[in-house]
Amino acid sequence: MHGGRALPYLLIAPATFFLAVLFLVPLAQTVALAFQADGAWSFANFSTMADDLNFHDAVVNSFRLVAVAVPVQFCLALGMAMMLRHVRRGRDILLWIWSIPLGVSDLAAGVVWLAILTDHGYLNSVLFHLGVIDEPTSWLTYETPVALFFAVAVAEIWRATAIVLLILVAGVQVLPKEYGEAAAVFGASPWRGFVSVTLPLLKPSIQTALILRTVLAFEAFAVVLAIGGNNFPVLVSEAYHWQHFNQDTGVAAAYAMVVMVISIAATLVYLAVLRTPPGQRA
Amino acid sequence: MTASRALLLTGLTVVTAWVLVPIWLIAGSAVGGQALISTWPKPFWPVSASLSQITEFLAIDGVWPSLLISVEVAVMCMIFSILLGAPAGYALARFSFRGATLFRLMVLLTRAFPVAILALPLTVGFIRLGVYDTPLGVALMHTTLALPFAVLVSASLFQAIPRELEEAAWVFGCSRISAALRVVLPLALPGIAATAIFAFVISWNEVFAASVLTVRNRTLTAYLLAVLSESPLYTQFTGGFLLIVPSVLFIFLVRKQLFAMWGIANR
Repeated sequence: MHGGRALPYLLIAPATFFLAVLFLVPLAQTVALAFQADGAWSFANFSTMADDLNFHDAVVNSFRLVAVAVPVQFCLALGMAMMLRHVRRGRDILLWIWSIPLGVSDLAAGVVWLAILTDHGYLNSVLFHLGVIDEPTSWLTYETPVALFFAVAVAEIWRATAIVLLILVAGVQVLPKEYGEAAAVFGASPWRGFVSVTLPLLKPSIQTALILRTVLAFEAFAVVLAIGGNNFPVLVSEAYHWQHFNQDTGVAAAYAMVVMVISIAATLVYLAVLRTPPGQRA
Repeated sequence: MTASRALLLTGLTVVTAWVLVPIWLIAGSAVGGQALISTWPKPFWPVSASLSQITEFLAIDGVWPSLLISVEVAVMCMIFSILLGAPAGYALARFSFRGATLFRLMVLLTRAFPVAILALPLTVGFIRLGVYDTPLGVALMHTTLALPFAVLVSASLFQAIPRELEEAAWVFGCSRISAALRVVLPLALPGIAATAIFAFVISWNEVFAASVLTVRNRTLTAYLLAVLSESPLYTQFTGGFLLIVPSVLFIFLVRKQLFAMWGIANR
């Protein structure tokens, strides 16, 4: 073929150019923005960030949210994927329904759970019927930090379990049935087979799901603003505030840097801990 | 066996309810009328349903334009992602060339970086280019989010189409390009359509970049986030419901491809 050598490069050129301009350049610029103040290189933005009243809360809240939401999502999705293996009729419709939250933005998910958890909301109506409370009660103020945290966590879990489920289901689908059958033949209980055969085989999918979910959970912010307003600061909501209300891109960039460093560190940890040696892949 | 069957059915029912009940309740809050907001205790079955709350919401100053902008941005993002992503995917699927691994790595890397880190400096750059506060600017930003997905998914779509079909077309005198367009593309079309719809949903749902990159020409998500604290609850609920409706429809449309897409995208 004439030009056969150049063709693949021509085909990837537009995408490469696009990503270079709109991904690599902004990435470098954010670093510059974060480490520059008044035209000189400095840590001023980072010290402004660290001195900010909300900084400590934002870091703690972000980590707490990830620490609760991601494991729950993972276990829930794994349970759902395992249940689906035993479903024959109606599997497709179940999968569709269960993946609906995939299309829901974190802003919309926040609003949905606000409707349920607000003073005159559905949760309080249930509690009223059960005789737990007599009148509308507030759960989402700074006076009820624990309830507020769980409200945000529930909304995040509700929205983003679907993505973990999809990745795991996709992984389960390519698992060879023979391995599980072999385990059963040698007398392994279903639980034993699950822990010793299914889980290790699913490791690549589990790794992908955990990386994606952890990175995205550190990015959650609209869900937090919708449910808790400013009562529950997280890292990205602080970045949004510094950019939007204080018009200070430098400090916002410093927050973005923190999120980036955490994301990369989390990714590396998952890559190392859940490594699949070549040759062991299913 | 019946006991475990019952357990399974219970599990399936609980999970399905967990997913659907919140959507049912927000739908109820969006069509139940403004009086429902302060009703106590709340009925779980809407007493009256009307679309008046939705039409009133759309009549609020700024809502209708932002809805149109959201659609405009998402359509642009969809087109850009496919036009840039499908050729790159084809290259990854059909050629082995130096730099292919590096390219794949760059594409994968974009997924590991937070939106904030890409969107913040673009506010400065976009003002200089004259695309700040325009649908085009937001669409460009959203394309960086959807493009990696489009590249990887289309690569695996093309990989799944037998090379022999293309080679047969060459034998019958098709050029490389016309074989790709007339033989491979039609076969890959359902998958590409699903990828396009997914790019639409990614853009439609994105909040941070859209909020940071716009001032007056806001998308629906950016508009809702900006007015969140000063809006009455029924406005928030109606807005939230309207955000969900298209996504649910789109997920329904791509349900067949969804799992194939994720199974592939994760290898």
